[in-house]
Amino acid sequence: MTEFTPVASAIGGAMIGLSAVMLMLFMGRIAGISGIASRLLPPVAEDYGWRLAFVVGLIAAPIVYQQVSEQPIEQTVSGDLVLMGLAGLLVGFGSVFGGGCTSGHGVCGLSRLSVRSLIATVVFMVVAFVTVFLVRHGLGG
Amino acid sequence: MARIILGLVAGLVFGLGLVISGMSNPAKVLNFLDLFGTWDPSLAFVMGGAVLVTVIGYRLVWARGTPLIDARFELPAKTDLDPRLLSGAAVFGVGWGLGGFCPGPALTAIPLGASGTMIFVPAMLIGMWLARQAPAGLLTPRSAQS
Repeated sequence: MTEFTPVASAIGGAMIGLSAVMLMLFMGRIAGISGIASRLLPPVAEDYGWRLAFVVGLIAAPIVYQQVSEQPIEQTVSGDLVLMGLAGLLVGFGSVFGGGCTSGHGVCGLSRLSVRSLIATVVFMVVAFVTVFLVRHGLGG
Repeated sequence: MARIILGLVAGLVFGLGLVISGMSNPAKVLNFLDLFGTWDPSLAFVMGGAVLVTVIGYRLVWARGTPLIDARFELPAKTDLDPRLLSGAAVFGVGWGLGGFCPGPALTAIPLGASGTMIFVPAMLIGMWLARQAPAGLLTPRSAQS
């Protein structure tokens, strides 16, 4: 079980939106994490500076949060390392091959009213729902 | 330099948003995806908050005509529903459903140091690298290639 947190989740979501709007306002860019991160891998994009800075900011966030709030961050991650390795490989490959993830297609694409991003978002959401159903309720769960 | 600072601040705000919304916790994501079990609707509120701010913010920004630092807006121009988009999204969906991490939360979760994260992130980077090596014509019908 995890606690339903509508207020904190909506506020956190609004901050994600704020970040997306900042990138558009200053640089005219979409805040797609898979695009920003994957272009730091060889062949490295020419404009790697802001991309690297963005990823550093992402990674610094929990440290800053804990310094400021002095609250622990709740987290439960599967300890099945084979499963997590496979999941990581699929997430990395799929998001870049499909041109975006939850942020690029989900948040930014939907906000641009892109039909392409809407379809991609529906596909990965439905597939993820089915995957969780099979893992938790279908395969002897 | 302005770009670097901007990137850092935008990344930090994004990451704090993930932490505050609870999305750096894969259990919360997996419970959202578990409609017939321990359902936690929080993720819908994250998406709702994010899209609401972005829909309005983008319109205000685009009304300016140009971004503040760069010369023009770099928006995706593709409109076709090609097999790459659909298969990529499906593969991503399987991985997301298995691990509960998408790329942003996985990176943000690094300092929390869970062993699953430490395997997930390098595997994700390998997957991203592989996808970038895939030939442009892969999965595109021959007739549609120019």
